[in-house]
Amino acid sequence: MAVVYEKTKMLTDKPLHYCPGCTHGIIHRLVAEAIDELGVQDKAIGVAPVGCAVFAYDYFNCDMMEAAHGRAPAVATGCKRVNPNNVVFTYQGDGDLASIGAAEITHAATRGENITVIFVNNAIYGMTGGQMAPTTLPGQVTTTSPYGRDPNHCGYPIRVSEMLATLDGPAYIARVSVHDVKHIMEAKKAIKKAFQMQIEGKGFALVEVLSSCPTNWGMTPQEALKWLQENMIPQYPLGVKKEVE
Amino acid sequence: MGQKMLMKGNEAIAEAAIQAGCRFFFGYPITPQNQIPEYMSKRLPKVEGGCFLQAESEVAAINMVYGAAGAGARVMTSSSSPGISLKQEGISYIVGAELPCVIVNMVRGGPGLGSIQPAQSDYYQSTRGGGHGDYRMLVLAPSSVQEAVELTQKAFDLADKYRNPVLIMGDGLIGQMMEPVEMPEYVKPELPEKTWAATGWKPGCGRDRAIINSLYIDPNVLEQHNRKLFAKYAVMEQEECRWQEEMTDDADYVIVAYGTTARIARSAMRKLRENGIKVGLIRPITLWPFPNAPIQKAAEHAKAFLTVEMSMGQMVDDVRLAVNGKKPVEFYGRTGGIVPTVREIVEQIENMAKEAK
Repeated sequence: MAVVYEKTKMLTDKPLHYCPGCTHGIIHRLVAEAIDELGVQDKAIGVAPVGCAVFAYDYFNCDMMEAAHGRAPAVATGCKRVNPNNVVFTYQGDGDLASIGAAEITHAATRGENITVIFVNNAIYGMTGGQMAPTTLPGQVTTTSPYGRDPNHCGYPIRVSEMLATLDGPAYIARVSVHDVKHIMEAKKAIKKAFQMQIEGKGFALVEVLSSCPTNWGMTPQEALKWLQENMIPQYPLGVKKEVE
Repeated sequence: MGQKMLMKGNEAIAEAAIQAGCRFFFGYPITPQNQIPEYMSKRLPKVEGGCFLQAESEVAAINMVYGAAGAGARVMTSSSSPGISLKQEGISYIVGAELPCVIVNMVRGGPGLGSIQPAQSDYYQSTRGGGHGDYRMLVLAPSSVQEAVELTQKAFDLADKYRNPVLIMGDGLIGQMMEPVEMPEYVKPELPEKTWAATGWKPGCGRDRAIINSLYIDPNVLEQHNRKLFAKYAVMEQEECRWQEEMTDDADYVIVAYGTTARIARSAMRKLRENGIKVGLIRPITLWPFPNAPIQKAAEHAKAFLTVEMSMGQMVDDVRLAVNGKKPVEFYGRTGGIVPTVREIVEQIENMAKEAK
């Protein structure tokens, strides 16, 4: 009998610790499949963030580094400069990348650092218990914006992909979502492309993946995916923001 | 051995690092250490496999060091006091992940933005870890440009030997001063291979997956990890303690000073000897581990100690711990970027001698 579907060898057998309904599991799988299909497992080095994906080094079946909060692009830079033949990627959340690590991501992007960044945006700090993130939507209730995010008080959410796409350095920037099968397939394509760009030496590639957090949003998994589609996508339009030839 | 050259301390350190096989440097401008990144930016691109990168901040620089060290390279960063404060989080991670690297601190006056003049007021920060958590770093304190060169090369070997960062603690004067220096021919000692480095892995490649990490979520595992680190520090205390003693055998008064201050103290010692007061000098070369042994030995016969620092008094605590109440330990310090004079130190000892009569 022909095998039509199996677990990618780029993921270890360790059970994921993510909450039920969380889309990190899907995104891990897409990243792992992309690396596997491009045949670069033996070259891959992943840099894990601080946040929900802090244990990513237990799941991606390749050499891994665990970075301090927000510093994954700097760690990846050091690693890539030493061994340019490695395929180096960071996997970061929105608190990590867009808040405390805003400087590191911006400068890695403007240097055109030849790395791949997977940026998981769920509009909240998950691991620490649902606090307001730089990507939290106006009016969104979190544990540190209990009356809803008030832009007059704490500003507006950051559109990271659009912001970085204004720079000359990046080679590829795209925003995708994983709220349904069609979008998951598109996300896979973008992620694979972001790795392909690095392998071809084209430079900095970032894929922002809109993701759900049922636990901290206080919703069922289905409600969360619907909320993502109806509220996050209008704030964070999907599509390729920058692509060099 | 090459010929003698006239070099600034900062430039000599940078060249010594390259000679010792350092091929990666990540830094950020801050006075008074700018000649180190400037020199590296000129030299490293001309060296095979060399890479200089100016980071967006000291925070980014130390995390680039983490990435490069994790990939198995010999790597260095440098800064001065406020910049070193910014690097402390990263240094703590580097210690936790057991990565080797060399960090240079050309100490300037503090607290805060302080001044750009020489100081030694980062002694506590350097010798007590500096960042969060329970850890130590080897701290080497050169007192001449020649010694800075030798200690820089040694620092890379020690970092690799112990898989721990090594801090070179200079001051603005060591960095800015020009002195004749001979670049020693670097001979790499036998060191364990970096089989732990993240360089790419696949099943059956002969090693486990590399995970460069300082997170140990299970308290029992973290305690074991910390005990392992401290077993390493115990070996460092046994094997890596360095100091210089001068005229301590018959000394009634022993000055303890390091770096630039030790040079001034040496001149004061000679002057006092001419005046008939028997003075000796103990100069710690490693600030951590601290050379307790020569101080304990001197405490057997000396009448009193004088610790001289460019701070309000930090190393004096370690001297007092070593002396353990056996003899009085006095302190003299200048701060804010002011360098103590020979005359000031002579007066201190003369006053101590007078009081003893």
